[in-house]
Amino acid sequence: MKKLKSSLTNMLVVLTVITIVAAGVLASVNAVTAPQIEKINAENLAAGIKAVMGSDDIQVSEPWEVDAFTAYDIKDAQGQELGKAVVTTENGFGGPLKVLVGFSTEGNILGYTVLEHAETPGLGAKAGEWFQDKILGMNPGKNNFTVSKDGGEVDAITASTITSRAFLRAIQNAYDKIIAGQDATSGATQQAKKAEPSAADMGTPEVIE
Amino acid sequence: MNNFKVLVNGIIKENPTFVLLLGMCPTLGTTSSAINGMSMGLATMCVLILSNLIIASIKKLIPDAVRIPSYIVVIASLVTVLQMVIKAYAPDIDKSLGLFIPLIVVNCIILGRAESFAAKNGPIASIFDGIGIGLGFTLGLTSLGAVRELLGTGSIFGVTLWGESYGMLMFVLAPGAFLVLGYLIVLFNKITKKA
Repeated sequence: MKKLKSSLTNMLVVLTVITIVAAGVLASVNAVTAPQIEKINAENLAAGIKAVMGSDDIQVSEPWEVDAFTAYDIKDAQGQELGKAVVTTENGFGGPLKVLVGFSTEGNILGYTVLEHAETPGLGAKAGEWFQDKILGMNPGKNNFTVSKDGGEVDAITASTITSRAFLRAIQNAYDKIIAGQDATSGATQQAKKAEPSAADMGTPEVIE
Repeated sequence: MNNFKVLVNGIIKENPTFVLLLGMCPTLGTTSSAINGMSMGLATMCVLILSNLIIASIKKLIPDAVRIPSYIVVIASLVTVLQMVIKAYAPDIDKSLGLFIPLIVVNCIILGRAESFAAKNGPIASIFDGIGIGLGFTLGLTSLGAVRELLGTGSIFGVTLWGESYGMLMFVLAPGAFLVLGYLIVLFNKITKKA
């Protein structure tokens, strides 16, 4: 067979056919894989909630949403309140950084897991493990929850300050909106801290610098 | 040129990383560790084999003046399909590779091989070219990643040799990528010129 000539009709027909075939293939593959992808995401979220709350025996409430945050009320098997798990998103270095974080009823961080990220492999992408032993037990309402370069209490990932800042901000925002926002009394101290951060920080002995 | 020669040609004579210097963006960007480099290389190889095969099969139907947009549509669709399939059926691979896969679309090796090999040769030879170039690319990225990981973090393939505190951070960052690439090109050319 001879190669098709580059006449206007030929070009139009060929490009149209190729794009239609490509669109058809993409649409059908998407139709097959989309439910499966959704199922995997849901499983990841369920496993993630158990991991960040540090317990397998939990009851997870229906999600409720405040602005861009999705929160789940968590109770243990006996119905005792354990805290909340919050999905929070912040712009990282390479794109959206989506973190699932578990808070105890007092607002202490029980655990976290990075659900989605587009950070640099080998640098910012280490956020998934880096902060595990650093921020657990901290309370964004009481601790100075910023990187040490900014005068805070958390060591940033080496050479990935932007990712680290975004990560801490994601958790801080989740705390401010979901945990502090729900509790009227601690909400008031939270307000005071936000208004006068340096004065509030002097009261906490564990502040570095 | 028989198929075996085509294969070896891709690894040695036309090694995309060390000789053709194609696909530099993923080469420098994803090789902060050996395993990252290897993953990117293998993912690229998959797409390259398939795109070479498809383009070699349909090349007679594509008029010359619109061949580049046609190839791009084929390659981009292929990468998107691959991404969706991996997300759905191999979530573990998606976790480690997910970030790299969309990058393959803009890898000029794929379009370069479509244009310079698949458009002129049969489907079978094109598959071998895909394997050869893919292996050459994987080899390049893995060795680059291994050297950077070793100098930068003191480990190789995640196995710690002398601890991260002795690593030179520069080699994990962009300047180290350029430096190591330069020295590896010198080394590669030295070895292959002799042979």
